[in-house]
Amino acid sequence: MSNFSIKGSGHVLSTETIDGEIATLNLGPTHPATHGIFQNVLTVDGERILKAEPTIGYIHRAFEKLAEHRPYNQITPITDRLNYCSSPINNIGWHMTVEKLVGIEVPKRVDYMRVIVMELARISDHLVCNSVIGVDTGAFTGFIYMFQEREKIYELYEEICGARLTTNIGRIGGFERDFNPIFLAKLKKFLDGFSASFKEFDTLLTRNRIFMDRVIGAGPISAERAIEYSFSGPNLRAAGVDYDVRAMNPYSSYQDFDFIVPIGKDGDTYDRFIVRQEEIRQSIHIIRQALEKMPKGDFHAHVPDFYLPPKEDLSNSMESLIYHFKIVMGETQIPKGEVYHAVEGANGELGYYLVSDGGRTPYRLHFRRPCFIYYQAFPEMAKGSVLSDAILTMSSMNVIAGELDA
Amino acid sequence: MDNAMLLEKLILILIILAITLLMALYFTFGERKIAAFFQDRLGPNRVGPFGIFQPFADGGKLLFKEELIPKNAEKWLFILGPALAMVVATITSAVIPWGGSLPIFGRTVSLQVADVDIGVLYIMGIVSIGVYGIMIGGWASNNKYSLYGAIRASAQMISYELSMGLSLIAIVMMSGTLSLREIVEQQQGLNWNIWYQPLGFLLFFTCALAECNRAPFDLAECETELIGGYHAEYSSMKLGFYLFAEYINMFISSAVIACVFFGGYNFPGLNLIADPLLLGVLQVIVMFGKIFFFVFVFMWIRWTLPRFRYDQLMQLGWKSMIPLSIINLLITGVVILLNQP
Repeated sequence: MSNFSIKGSGHVLSTETIDGEIATLNLGPTHPATHGIFQNVLTVDGERILKAEPTIGYIHRAFEKLAEHRPYNQITPITDRLNYCSSPINNIGWHMTVEKLVGIEVPKRVDYMRVIVMELARISDHLVCNSVIGVDTGAFTGFIYMFQEREKIYELYEEICGARLTTNIGRIGGFERDFNPIFLAKLKKFLDGFSASFKEFDTLLTRNRIFMDRVIGAGPISAERAIEYSFSGPNLRAAGVDYDVRAMNPYSSYQDFDFIVPIGKDGDTYDRFIVRQEEIRQSIHIIRQALEKMPKGDFHAHVPDFYLPPKEDLSNSMESLIYHFKIVMGETQIPKGEVYHAVEGANGELGYYLVSDGGRTPYRLHFRRPCFIYYQAFPEMAKGSVLSDAILTMSSMNVIAGELDA
Repeated sequence: MDNAMLLEKLILILIILAITLLMALYFTFGERKIAAFFQDRLGPNRVGPFGIFQPFADGGKLLFKEELIPKNAEKWLFILGPALAMVVATITSAVIPWGGSLPIFGRTVSLQVADVDIGVLYIMGIVSIGVYGIMIGGWASNNKYSLYGAIRASAQMISYELSMGLSLIAIVMMSGTLSLREIVEQQQGLNWNIWYQPLGFLLFFTCALAECNRAPFDLAECETELIGGYHAEYSSMKLGFYLFAEYINMFISSAVIACVFFGGYNFPGLNLIADPLLLGVLQVIVMFGKIFFFVFVFMWIRWTLPRFRYDQLMQLGWKSMIPLSIINLLITGVVILLNQP
């Protein structure tokens, strides 16, 4: 664990309010800073925010209810649309939840492949978040630099699953196909080129005087309050709590890898920014280790209930035909049970609480969506700050509307 | 003043107005190309070779767009806002000496519309009016975001005008004149004011950024907070006027910086040229070269730096810039006193 505190003298806002009229300002639902659709009704005294009332539900798509009517493998595309900046983590988290319920052991190679994909997703999510903090402070160029890198990650997804944004990556029990040589070559190229352009971005913002003045002290939250709100992920770590699901409760063989969990001190926008920056570096480090240690073996567990047999077997083998039919029609029977599985999503602890009473669909599925939790703390964090700070707070918490509303 | 003189000035005014507008047009193009260059992109390249007709396409689009005036807007002021911004932006160019003089048709044509002996004061005065365009437009829109932009802009421009004026006063003290022509004439060769007033230049340049509402001082419009700020409700050519005025302001600010601190149309070696026509042309080229350089720096800064927060901007203006300008003024005064014969 390491503490990143390289702060100078942050200018502190005076807290006295100007005597004057109070106005209501509608921040959203369509405002460039909301990065999605959610509304904040702000009560402002000049530039200062006295009260913030968040409204959610603008893109509520009833995922949890939808999931009750869908076979398990068809729930994966729903998870794509939670945090769409890092859908592979959502997909794989869901697969692991089902595996936990059914009791499927996946080969080590699958674990490592998943780690690579999830860390790529984490990088792309953090890149979006941090570069958007830059955009919200007015520095647009770094955003473009980082989006070039994100584009490379999307090309990597394309090599694995053919999709870019809503990836629907992997299957219950592993992957649909093995990593192909083009993917590995592209991944190597990405890893080699990334640090140079990432450094460029880093030098544009991290020690930039104006940027530091803007983000230091913007939207802070104490470790106690963060825990009370049940924060997780980078936002909790920025407040100084060293909780990371990957380290505390390893899944998918994360215990095999050596990485640092960066933590901040004050839980302000700058700490969140720095924690994410460091996590990006750590993710690169993890991917390198995973590539190096990648065991040989199968790219999926042998679970015919969830795994489509090769197409040519359908006309030769009765079992293949039956399994194919059952999977495609969504008639796979799942045992009774109740399971909670959490992965360290790019935004925080992404949990799946799954209750099955047998049959083809879940009885109840609940997504523990970190954004939903962060957004509840927004009024408290924005209160007393100025409009510009509130916008930075919102973007640095990385509230993604798709995950917020589910 | 004879009729020929009148005609000469009229033509000069028209030419300078045309050049100013053309420059502003092409600065929008330049801005996009330069931004693209900084961001590893191509920039506009569809209209004409290398996209050089892009500004006309943009202008045409803005001209033909539907004109929307919000129902609750103060209609008269809503129209006055962009008009004022545009007018103020264009009339500043009257006192800029674009070059020495050109011998045309047996006359010596001075390349300055009006060599008033209060040129510096005139610029300060006109620049101060500039804020009204933004303020009136932002207020008349009857939109809270516009109002925020207008309030920010007016507070910012008023506070930064102070140190802008103070840093200009140091130059006036040094050169002993308010006429821009004379200030430029005093900076023959490489004897530029920047060598004597480096701090003054930095202050003036920062203030010029703030006066033009350019990043890192673009709080008045900052699209991620105020969604365009004072021009959020504007559409069609009224919006075009606001954007245009910004580029004209940038052009004029660069011209003033070039004149006051960087010798205007002076360049070492120019005094060796005997042919007055060639000299005149070269002086104009030198002047524009300097202007382009500063415009490039303006854009460079915009695409590199984040913007300030409103209170930090005020803090910088009142607690750093103004004291520094006063110190600069004091130092200049002391040096002038000591150098007195």
